[in-house]
Amino acid sequence: MTRIETTFAALKKKQETALIPFLTAGDPDITTTAKLIRTLAENGADLIELGVPFSDPMADGPTIQAASERALAAGTTVEKVLQLVAEVRTDCQVPLVLMGYYNPVFRYGVERFATAAAAAGVDGLLLVDLPPEEAGEISGVLKKAGIAMITLLAPTTPPERMQRLAAAAEGYLYYVSMTGVTGTQKITPDDIRAAVENIQGMTEVPVGVGFGITTAEDAKAVGEFADGVVVGSALVKIIADNAGSDQLLPRVATFITELKQGLLA
Amino acid sequence: MSYQFPDERGHFGEYGGRYVAETLMPALLELEEAYNAVKDDPCFREEFEYYLKNYVGRPSPLYFAQRLTEELGGAKIYLKREDLNHTGAHKVNNTVGQILLARRMGKKKVIAETGAGQHGVATATVAALFGMECEIFMGKEDIRRQALNVFRMKLLGAKVHECTSGTATLKDAMNDALRHWVTHVRDTFYVIGTVAGPHPYPQLVRDFQSVIGEEAKVQLQEAEGRLPDAAIACIGGGSNAMGTFYPFIKDRSVRLIGVEAAGLGVDTDKHAASISAGAPGVLHGNKTYLLQDEDGQINHAHSISAGLDYPGVGPEHAHLQDIGRAEYVSITDDEALEAFQKLTRIEGIIPALESAHAIAEVMKLAPTLPKEQVLLVCLSGRGDKDIHTVADAMNVDL
Ligand SMILES: Cc1ncc(COP(=O)(O)O)c(C=O)c1O
Repeated sequence: MTRIETTFAALKKKQETALIPFLTAGDPDITTTAKLIRTLAENGADLIELGVPFSDPMADGPTIQAASERALAAGTTVEKVLQLVAEVRTDCQVPLVLMGYYNPVFRYGVERFATAAAAAGVDGLLLVDLPPEEAGEISGVLKKAGIAMITLLAPTTPPERMQRLAAAAEGYLYYVSMTGVTGTQKITPDDIRAAVENIQGMTEVPVGVGFGITTAEDAKAVGEFADGVVVGSALVKIIADNAGSDQLLPRVATFITELKQGLLA
Repeated sequence: MSYQFPDERGHFGEYGGRYVAETLMPALLELEEAYNAVKDDPCFREEFEYYLKNYVGRPSPLYFAQRLTEELGGAKIYLKREDLNHTGAHKVNNTVGQILLARRMGKKKVIAETGAGQHGVATATVAALFGMECEIFMGKEDIRRQALNVFRMKLLGAKVHECTSGTATLKDAMNDALRHWVTHVRDTFYVIGTVAGPHPYPQLVRDFQSVIGEEAKVQLQEAEGRLPDAAIACIGGGSNAMGTFYPFIKDRSVRLIGVEAAGLGVDTDKHAASISAGAPGVLHGNKTYLLQDEDGQINHAHSISAGLDYPGVGPEHAHLQDIGRAEYVSITDDEALEAFQKLTRIEGIIPALESAHAIAEVMKLAPTLPKEQVLLVCLSGRGDKDIHTVADAMNVDL
């Protein structure tokens, strides 16, 4: 079993929902990101989505756009993100999914990327602007390298398409809880429930929900039915507000602990 | 020569495609279906042609630039006068087509990105014509450079969003337009202004702009009884060029020459020559040549002309480059400024700075060719919007 599968299987046994924080690698700098990953893992994160910064993050709202800009200004590259993963892997086994846009990976070279990412200890890859229709040139090499290609589903995805994508999913499915960019709108958990339960009936893999979950309350409400809850912009904002302060790690730890409280059985 | 692009998956060889977030995929599939339904529908063509004739003022003249030809002493130069269209550029051909499509699809709101403001004005214009709500996304830097067009859009009833992210120019306006579209995709039609973006945009914008080359082909047949030896057009995203080239693609004797913006020079880091100096990558929904660094981050583009100031190019141009059917050259800011003044003085036509890039290439090329040869040049727009920029460059205080 892969790290992602083992993690979800263990949670299922305990009837817990996975807590999946997102943070941008290199914001405010790579060394701090390594500390943040460990802090998240030690305080309740079950899987971590690590953003690979891109100059043109079209699916992101202002909070994550700004994080990308800071990370790039700090000199973050694909190579450095992979080194970071390798370094964290020496003592931390939390599943890590790289999340971002296709161009930096394409430019790095898809085969070279798959090999290097697997060697570093990356478990999954989620490329926001690479729908299954275009993923042919990378899905094969990722599979060979043992890296799961995470698929997104949206409220606008029609039923037939949803069925097809859900049946072919690897790792976990990521349901985008609203039509919009990251971190800009409030969600209504009741609307999401029906969609998520519908998807759960179509797939073997767990279903995570993200975009717009900002508080422990939201997380708890969505955790009632989802297999995983992704919290991005709210965490990135805490990191931005506390960067450079000795309060950064304690504040992040508190936030994650609170979120996880609502997801326990 | 057979040339059937894009393929059924929206690819031009290895370029093009649909690299977008899942939220937008269904909208693009819906758009593709709607476009395929109207593409060969005589009623739609008739409606499109009605507005091109009576509203845009087509056909645009094909003008023999006699004095410029004599001055350069070589090939004959014909200008396709897209500057005489309503709103002053070729952009309106496409916005008329897309707004008619939007109406067919029952959409009530339109959005668009704009660089120079020409596409924004052309979109706001047809939105006013059909009583549709219109929001335009424009970089802060371009709003400063193109104040006149910003005011025109507002007069036309559009809401103009100022984009401050990234470099605050066209690429960032497109990012923000895509973000807005993701959020309002159910009732909003995105009017993309050039042959870029996800499939089917490169195809449908090309098809709507092909009226340029189709008319020119007929007009040149009347004037000279033959095909041109070369067709020349400037390249921002590449829509006036694709519209000029496409009807000649199968006529192998016609050289197709796209003119990119070299800014301060393609060997500096201040230019917008994606084909001449970029590398393949993925941005704004398609795979194409991009200005980018080693790590796949998109570089800032630079051109004195806001409409060429884009770090990418339409995927069909990338394909035409790779298969060798079209040639791509570049012209610097200074060369474009010189051509701008030359055409103004010698023909009494003030060209857009974008179009001045095509003229500058003609000034290099025509003298090297025999007098029997014929050059077709797309004069994509008029230069009124650029008067302040040119005055600045000439150190003139207005
Ligand atoms: C007059 C004019 N020509 C050319 C362009 C460049 O666009 P494209 O390459 O799509 O024709 C613009 C864009 O704003 C324009 O206003």
